[in-house]
Parts: sequence; structure tokens; C-alpha cells
Amino acid sequence: MGTLVQINNVSKVYERGKQKVEVLHHINLDIQQGDFLALMGPSGSGKTTLLNLIGGLDSPTDGSLQVGDQRIDKLSQGALARWRAANVGFVFQFYNLLPMLTAQRNVELPLLLTKLSAAQRKKNASIALQLVGLGDRAAHKPTELSGGQQQRVAIARAIVSDPTLLVCDEPTGDLDRQSAEDVLGLLQTLNRQHGKTIVMVTHDPKAAEYASHTLHLDKGTLVEQSAHA
Amino acid sequence: MKYFHLIWAALFRRKARTILTLISIIAAFLLFGLLDAVRVSFQQAGQSANGAERLQTGSKLSFIQTLPQSLQAQMQAIPGVKEVSYANWFGGAYQDPHNQIFTFATSSNYLDVYPEVTVDPKQREAYEKDLNGVLVGEMLVKKYGWKIGDRLPLQSQIFHNRDGTKNWNFTIDGIMSSKDNKAFQSQMIILHWKNFDESTPYNRGNVGWYVTRVSDVSQTDRIAKQIDALSENSDHETKSQTEQAAMANWIKQSVNISLIVTSIMSAVFFTLLLLTGNTMMQAVRERTSELAVLKTIGFSSHSVLGMVLAESVLLLLLGGLLGLALVSVLTPIVGAASGGVLNLPHVGAGSWTLGVGLALAIGLIIGALPAMRAMRLNIVDALAGR
Repeated sequence: MGTLVQINNVSKVYERGKQKVEVLHHINLDIQQGDFLALMGPSGSGKTTLLNLIGGLDSPTDGSLQVGDQRIDKLSQGALARWRAANVGFVFQFYNLLPMLTAQRNVELPLLLTKLSAAQRKKNASIALQLVGLGDRAAHKPTELSGGQQQRVAIARAIVSDPTLLVCDEPTGDLDRQSAEDVLGLLQTLNRQHGKTIVMVTHDPKAAEYASHTLHLDKGTLVEQSAHA
Repeated sequence: MKYFHLIWAALFRRKARTILTLISIIAAFLLFGLLDAVRVSFQQAGQSANGAERLQTGSKLSFIQTLPQSLQAQMQAIPGVKEVSYANWFGGAYQDPHNQIFTFATSSNYLDVYPEVTVDPKQREAYEKDLNGVLVGEMLVKKYGWKIGDRLPLQSQIFHNRDGTKNWNFTIDGIMSSKDNKAFQSQMIILHWKNFDESTPYNRGNVGWYVTRVSDVSQTDRIAKQIDALSENSDHETKSQTEQAAMANWIKQSVNISLIVTSIMSAVFFTLLLLTGNTMMQAVRERTSELAVLKTIGFSSHSVLGMVLAESVLLLLLGGLLGLALVSVLTPIVGAASGGVLNLPHVGAGSWTLGVGLALAIGLIIGALPAMRAMRLNIVDALAGR
């Protein structure tokens, strides 16, 4: 297994009015392919910012960021969008499904950016929904599903285009314990059986236990690394 | 087309709001269609094929100024003139002073210059012999259930008869019909000019206007000039023009229908612009996080811009097409309900093109601002709810 994500001396500064806030300070980090990494730390430590940089949602102010063979810190907005579509799956705390679409249609969304036919898109979305155990809920809209089910639909949407990397921002933050364990178990399966590299931001130490490594951030700096069994 | 279901779903995300907005767009385009039909109807007045070979001669000063009846013989003598007839405005109200029917006092050969109007020869003969007789349009017959031989009391707007009242009594001697049952004559009444001239003290040898039928359409300009030359430098100078031009001038003197239609529609579409523009802004603002998700997944900024624009254009096109379709259904109903008084034409290709063009333009205008906002959306800020 090689290195999938290489973060070299990355800093991120936000401008809030006249103030400049340095959220990340000279971060150096390598994430191996097939890794399941948990990012922990107090609020405002820069976890989500680092996750956004890894997922290509934002660009660093300084330093370089390479994912696979691609220097993503150098990409234009359009190129970055295309890169995300092909390489990254996203899972959010509040699921962020489109409420007017069925589960099937939500999962199909990333496939609209591919050249697949409508029939193939439908087939792939059905497979992804079956993989997350929701094959029988394809015609349901998000409001007709429980929180845990919605998050599983979001995971199906994240994996449907078969990305190399999954970035998850507090995926269990809005779920009860049982649903959270189901979702984390699912992520673990995707990591172990399907070889997906996962980077997950979490506040929950129990959620972090599902990861193979945990990194701790504080005030924009990596402070600690721990490995799990 | 791949994104159509996405655009459609976004449009009907809040069904009640979209339906209400749609109703207001339909209402605006319904009004547009009906007013445009009125405008077209006015524009088409006098544009029949027979109208091209007819000249109307009226006073140069005003259409209410009368002309001497003696001009008829001089006009008839001009080479190329086939027939010269004349008429006076009578203005008859039936049963109710507000129920006005187009009624004219005409020369005995009046119908000869309108070959498109037919009357049964026996009825025509009866009318010629009966000084107190009238010919009535077939649409009026259908509307009021009149029969040949019926007494027809009419009240003139202006003219008193021999007994000093404005109440006139006539006998229906015949029915005027036309190949085109929407023709003006199907909705009018004609009476003998001689009867009118002898009965009212206001006239005495004067006519309202002349209608001249020419033998050769290419000669109308020359004949018109020769007719007008007959009265040059007199106290009754004339202006001769084709039926179409005369109708257009008469309408222009009475009412500037294009200006009225344009003014009303400008106000309606400006209001629609504000209303739907506000709705679109609100709809897109509510979907900030959803649009951010689309961009996160990999939809480009231009795709998002296109989808929001397509949504607003689709909304306007839906409302516009439904509104115009409703006009197509309503115009014949309105025409039938008015007993033929309102002859609104079908929605023509020109009106459809203008309507669709307006819908597209308004859709693009109201979609522009929210689409730009959606395009410029910062994913990180939007997902964080900032």
C-alpha cells in the first residue's frame, strides 16, 4: 500500500473582515492508501478545515497537497470539481440529502457527472443501496427514512462512483448510539473489504475506535497520533 | 436533459408556493393573450380581399363631418369606378340604451359594393319596396331570435324622427349573411338612407361617408385622388382611402389600442418580474446547502448556474404556455358568449412566438441573480451555514 494523501507544510488562513485567522499551521501528514483515519480535537482545532482541504473543497494558503498523482492545491475551481467527482466521496453530519429526491435519485446524483446511461446509473445506484442495506428503501424520500437510514443513503451516494477516498465529517454526530454503530460498522466494512481510504472527523472517542489511526489536532497543529487494534 | 428531473424536482420542492406562482404567471399570460387578440382583431379590421377594391371617402376634417349626397353622381362618373354607395351613422339601441347595435342608414345600392354579403333575392326585393324596412345581420337574428316580418323598435343615439322622439320603428325584411359569419355585416342593421333623410331634420341631403368599389385594384390610388379633387377648395373637402387604411385611421382617432395593450402588459409583466423574481430568490436561498452539496459532489459552478436558470425559465415557460393555451380555449367561448360582437382571433403563430419569447426573457431575467449567487456559492461557507 502506498501513500494516497501527502500533506506538506500546509497552512490555512481565513480572512474574517480585517482579521486574519490562521486555522492550520504547517501541517505535515501522509495518509496511506486503505487507511481509516480519525481526526479528533476540540472545536476550532482545524479538523474540518483539514478535512475540507483533503477533500478538495478548499485550497491551502501555503504548502502542497497531493492526492494520488494529483497536486490538488494547484487545481482551478473547475478542475477541482472534476477531480472531486472522480476521486472523493463525502459524508456529512446532517446527511445533506436532497429532500425532493428519492433515495435512489439521491444516490444517482454523482453518476449524473459520468457518461453512464440512465439504465446503468439506476443499476449502480441500486447496487450501492443494497450494499448499505437499503435496497428496499430506494423509492423513499429522505423524510420517510430514519436518521440512520438517511446517513446510509448518504454513504451509498458517497461510494456509488467508486471513489478512492471517503471524507466523513462527524458522520455519527446526529445519530443515536445504535444507528451510529451501524454507520461506523458500515464504514469499517467499506475500508476493510472494499479498500476505501477513509478520513473521518469525530468528537466521539468510541467512533474513533473504528478507525485504524487517530490524529489529534489542537489549535491548528497535529499534537498526537494513536493506532488502534 | 440528464438534469431535467433534478430541475423539475427543485421547481416543485415547495408545491404550494410554486403552484401559486404558476397561477400568477398563467393569469399574466392569459391577459397578454386576450389583449393581444384584441390588438390583432383591431389590426385585421378591413383587411378582407374585397376590402382592397373598396375606397372610403369621408370628410377631410373629421369623420363626424357630413358630405353632400350630390357628390355620388360626380364620383360615379370617374373612369374605373364600378359602384358608389353611401351611408350615415344611425346608432341604434335595442331594448336598453346600453345595448347598442351597429345601425347605418345606407343607399339602396350599398350591398352591391359588399359582394361578400348575401341576402335572399326575395328578401332584398321586399326590402327595396319597403321604405320602413331594415336588413339585419344573421348573428343578431340568432342572438335575439328575430324573424322576417318582426317589428323592430330602435332608439337612435342622436337622431329624432318625424314625431320628435328618438324612437324609430322598423320592419325586418331580410337577413344579411356572409361566408365569414364573423364579418361586420353579420352584426349590423341597415335601413334606407331615403327614409332616414326624410324623417330627421338633422340630415337633409347629407351623407356620412361614401364607399366606392373600383374595377381594378391597381387604379385605387388614381381614383382616390380624382375623388378628392372633386371637392378641392370647397367647404367639404374629402379624404379617400382604402377600407383598410380608413379603418386603421378610424381606430386611431378613436383609441390607440396598441398603446393601451403595451401599457397594460408592461405593468403586468413588471409586476410579474418582481413577484417571480422574489420567489426565485427565496427558493434558491432556501436551497443553499443543497446547492453546496451538488458542488461538493462535483457539479461545476456553471452547471449549478445553468440549473437555476433552467428552473426559472421552466417555471415561466410552463405558466406562459398554459396561459396561452387557456387563451386558445377561451377566445371562441368569449366570441360565442358575446354573440359575435367580440370577434377575437385564434392565438396565431406570432402571438405564440411573442409569448414564448417573453416567457424566456422573463425567466432569464429573474433567474439571473439567484443563478449568479448559486454559481458563486462558497462550498465551505454554505455547508457551515454561513
